[in-house]
Amino acid sequence: MEIKETLEQRIMILDGAMGTMIQRYKLNEADYGGPQFKNHPASLKGCNDLLCLTQPQIIREIHEQYLSAGADIIETNTFNATAISMADYKLEEYVYEINRAAATIARQAIENFDPQTEIRQSKFVAGAMGPTNKTASISPDVNDPGFRAVTFDELVVAYTEQIRGLMDGGVNLLLVETIFDTLNAKAAIFAIKEYFEKTGKEIPIMISGTITDQSGRTLSGQTPEAFWNSVAHAEPLSAGLNCALGAELMRPYIEELSGVADCFISCYPNAGLPNQFGEYDESPEHMASVIREFAKAGFVNIVGGCCGTTPDHIRAMADAVKNISPRKLEVGVE
Amino acid sequence: MKNHNLHLSGLEPLKIFPGSNFINIGERTNITGSKEFARLILSGNFEEAVNVARQQVENGAQIIDVNMDEGMLDGKQAMVKFLNLIASEPDISKVPVMIDSSKWEIIEAGLKCIQGKGIVNSISLKEGEQKFLEQAKKIRRYGAAAVVMCFDEKGQADTFERRIEIAKHSYDLLTRKIHFPRQDIIIDPNILAIATGIEEHANYATDFIRATKWIKENLPYAKVSGGVSNLSFSFRGNTPVREAMHTAFLYHAIQAGMDMGIVNAGMIGVYDEIPKDLLELIEDVLFNRRSDATERLVAFAENVKSKSKNQKPDDEWRKLKVEERLKHALVKGITEFIEADTEEARVKLQRPIAVIEGPLMDGMNAVGDLFGSGKMFLPQVVKSARVMKKAVAYLTPFLAADQSQSGPKNAGRVLLATVKGDVHDIGKNIVGVVLGCNNYEVIDLGVMVAAEKILETANKDSADIIGLSGLITPSLDEMVHVAKEMERLGFKTPLLIGGATTSRIHTAVKIAPNYGAPVIHVLDASRSVAVVSSLLNREQKENFSSKIKAEYDDLREQHLGRKRDKNYVSIEFARQNKFQIDWKNYSPPVPSFLGNKVFDDFPLEEIRKRIDWTPFFQTWELAGKYPAILSDPVVGNEAQKLFSDANKLLDEVVSRKHLRAKGVIGFYEATAVNDDVEWKNETGSQHGTFRFLRQQSRKGAGQPYLCLADFVAPKSSSLKDYIGLFAVTAGIGIEKLIERFERDHDDYNSILIKAIADRLAEAFAETMHELVRKKYWGYAWDENLSSEQLIREEYAGIRPAPGYPACPDHTEKRNLFEMLGAEDTAGIQLTENFAMYPAASVSGFYFSHPKSKYFGVGKIEKDQVADYAGRKGIAVEEAEKWLSPNLAYGI
Repeated sequence: MEIKETLEQRIMILDGAMGTMIQRYKLNEADYGGPQFKNHPASLKGCNDLLCLTQPQIIREIHEQYLSAGADIIETNTFNATAISMADYKLEEYVYEINRAAATIARQAIENFDPQTEIRQSKFVAGAMGPTNKTASISPDVNDPGFRAVTFDELVVAYTEQIRGLMDGGVNLLLVETIFDTLNAKAAIFAIKEYFEKTGKEIPIMISGTITDQSGRTLSGQTPEAFWNSVAHAEPLSAGLNCALGAELMRPYIEELSGVADCFISCYPNAGLPNQFGEYDESPEHMASVIREFAKAGFVNIVGGCCGTTPDHIRAMADAVKNISPRKLEVGVE
Repeated sequence: MKNHNLHLSGLEPLKIFPGSNFINIGERTNITGSKEFARLILSGNFEEAVNVARQQVENGAQIIDVNMDEGMLDGKQAMVKFLNLIASEPDISKVPVMIDSSKWEIIEAGLKCIQGKGIVNSISLKEGEQKFLEQAKKIRRYGAAAVVMCFDEKGQADTFERRIEIAKHSYDLLTRKIHFPRQDIIIDPNILAIATGIEEHANYATDFIRATKWIKENLPYAKVSGGVSNLSFSFRGNTPVREAMHTAFLYHAIQAGMDMGIVNAGMIGVYDEIPKDLLELIEDVLFNRRSDATERLVAFAENVKSKSKNQKPDDEWRKLKVEERLKHALVKGITEFIEADTEEARVKLQRPIAVIEGPLMDGMNAVGDLFGSGKMFLPQVVKSARVMKKAVAYLTPFLAADQSQSGPKNAGRVLLATVKGDVHDIGKNIVGVVLGCNNYEVIDLGVMVAAEKILETANKDSADIIGLSGLITPSLDEMVHVAKEMERLGFKTPLLIGGATTSRIHTAVKIAPNYGAPVIHVLDASRSVAVVSSLLNREQKENFSSKIKAEYDDLREQHLGRKRDKNYVSIEFARQNKFQIDWKNYSPPVPSFLGNKVFDDFPLEEIRKRIDWTPFFQTWELAGKYPAILSDPVVGNEAQKLFSDANKLLDEVVSRKHLRAKGVIGFYEATAVNDDVEWKNETGSQHGTFRFLRQQSRKGAGQPYLCLADFVAPKSSSLKDYIGLFAVTAGIGIEKLIERFERDHDDYNSILIKAIADRLAEAFAETMHELVRKKYWGYAWDENLSSEQLIREEYAGIRPAPGYPACPDHTEKRNLFEMLGAEDTAGIQLTENFAMYPAASVSGFYFSHPKSKYFGVGKIEKDQVADYAGRKGIAVEEAEKWLSPNLAYGI
């Protein structure tokens, strides 16, 4: 079944955090680098995306746990897999490889998941495209507001490489996520559209912004509606919000977006706000009850979790929304 | 159904729908249309150019048009630079941008800079269909809407038929061939100049309006826009006529369906208010109703232009009755007649106290209300206070004679002081004046006041509120000390905190927890009245205090919760990633002398030319950049008056030498060892070390962690490098002036002279730095910079000051002062907390390397603090005390 048809019939479930799950494996430097990167010039500990090459079985296992928990869409482990972000680890030249491997692993997880073709066909892989660690519309130097650490063109080049890897690895969707600077996202969209045009291959795009605090704006200062206006030209399958705030605090912004965007709406918050130790501790039950209320209010079509969420959270959410009808596309359209 | 409104965005959304009002697109950031903007951009003054954009938005522009098409300019680079700069100004970037250029490469460069959904102005069929569609497709991919000009390979459309033909052709191509969203197509059917005397031009306006109507009826969801100023091109210089033409034209064009236009928002009036005779002449021209329409309008226009308004001084108020005159004098700040009027009122009301509690208090209440509601500005309030003080001073001998009466009632007693170790008092004095204007009795203990003195006086005089002020960072600690003392001594008096380095967060986290009664940060003088009156009002007090307390508790919790969010690198890592300078291929410039050089009486005329006035206006709480602030629609008038008063006083100070500028500079051999700079004199008989701090807050890969020592050649390079030092003041002699003004009850001039002396000291530091660059160190002898460029610090080399972001430790001044002998040579004293007296003084270091730059050290971690304490030979706790605003961790 086409994903669009499913979305018209029910609320679909996106998976939860990858980083939180990887932490449970307590990997050390040698585990991260594996034998392949034994003599790598930079420390690789914490480079989660590299695990697609060095510990593929761990990543697949995490995907499988989310699929078992009820996720319909699983995200590739590629949040930082662009040459811009990977420069921190001196891994720029492995970007294509990481993305392709990540997509392949996620596809394999689905193939292994259930013997029934029909069930396998109702599961999707979304190629995760993070914001990179640089901002195209904010200067990192307060004394030089005109300065930019990265340009639109550099972002387009970096994203194009990521897209190529993800597409070659067989993703079903492209998910531009955790957008804190809309100009970065516009570069991603530009790269995607150019790639589609050049190759003739086209798959649905999902877009997800991040409201960083209770000012109700993205880090680069946009309101949810302004953000939507800036990315609507992607003609995405879905638009939504993820990360930063916990579910409860996200409500007014997801409501605003749901009122203006003429596509499906996604929402995958963190497990609450970080506590004093920087950990997320909202329980699956609590989060599921908040998400359930969003669903009942008719705000959402796709729900899932971001930082701090686990298969238990996803299971609780899937359970909480299973009998609630999805937001209708006419909503918000004048 | 699909959404067919035009949705744009900056930081905020803008929706253009059938019922929305006409959208004003600001035209003044267009280099081809605004001479002022062109001048700023061509001279490289982007900072002022950004202000032009800000004014546009403040004046109501809902979109701003940016155009950099100018032959003398790299338009692409200018577009990128300007868009990046305005992106950092939320009060500008809240609105969408219209990227305006006739060059595609400039448009494309601009599209890569805006995060919102903007508009491209424009594309057209001028170079054929293929190019038109390619560009439109790209625009779509960048996520913008497009203005399509009615222009094709045959030329610009100038008749109704050509206009609609091109509009339709363009629209069909866009919607059918590349599925460009119909609502994102904005047709510009060409507004062209009318009343030019050329017959063919006579129908331009009416054809535009007809074409607009046709487009709205025949091309679904397309929008219509145009550049309005073109219309009245023949009447350049005649603002009233141009304004009336634009107003009348827009009235009709909007009725026909025009959605938006590039306009000077200040040049649009109200249709109904155009004088009927002029309106008829204009509409004759717009609709080409008579063959002599143009001649008649031109004749009328000349008549309008020659009329100029004569202004006569407004002295009507002198005819009012005396109570009203006193009130008027207070509100307007007029001292001219105050003594005579006060005397008249005293005789009339028979008792001096009745004058104060009657008309004078009424007048001051009016001032308080006007200021509270933003209708009066700070300089005016201070002038009002001067009038009040003069009146009260006049009445004082009579009050003393009339002993049967007690003194005037006041609303409460506020004690103010600048804390121990600090000498800065401009802000505190302003707060005192503002409170005085609002009928509070102010006890001002002055500067460098120890906690004991403050608390003793508060007790003795039963102060209702205590306010502490300070400018340098060590004063923050002193304020904590005062709060602890108040708690220990069982005080219940509310404590207010103010001054440049204080903040709400510091007050909440560091001061408030030490004292049980209310502790409140007051951002500026204008907030002080509301805070004081809430605290002294019996009904509001409880509520207000608990609200503030809850706010501060929250802030504190958030702060504690958030503190670990930021990531810091170890000091070793930071040192390994220091700022890299290629010393191998560098030979440090040699100063023209080594040792110290004293300037005993530097000419004030020279210094004066270098004054940066913007901070001066900030002192008076007038927001805006100089010189634009002088023509600001809101505060411009007051800014002009203040500026003229300041210059008058400055004239006097300079010609009569009331102030003296003294300074000392020195150059020493220096080498860097890690974060230290070791210096010695030529013979090596004197030597020592300056200790600097290094950035530790985690940055992206490859970014350096800066420390001032990075700008001096390291020991390992074996190069002979140097460091420069300076201490300058423009405040010698200021006490006499202040005494004179205070004797005259003239707070206004007393504050004014301090603010001016501060500016002179900064200007002196600037002047001296230039002399150092060009002459005494001489590494930039051929430098030639405008004063704007100087303010923007475009010169090579820097002059950072201890206690400021690049070297936040005030205690390094001790070394600096000793080497320069500054207390004797420049007449500047250091207080125990390293404030400089006179307050109008500046001291610091000179670094000559062309790559040296200003930066902020920011927060630092314990490893560096311990290391720093070790290097300085002091206890870690002491280092933490001096560096407390920079600690990344709690102590």
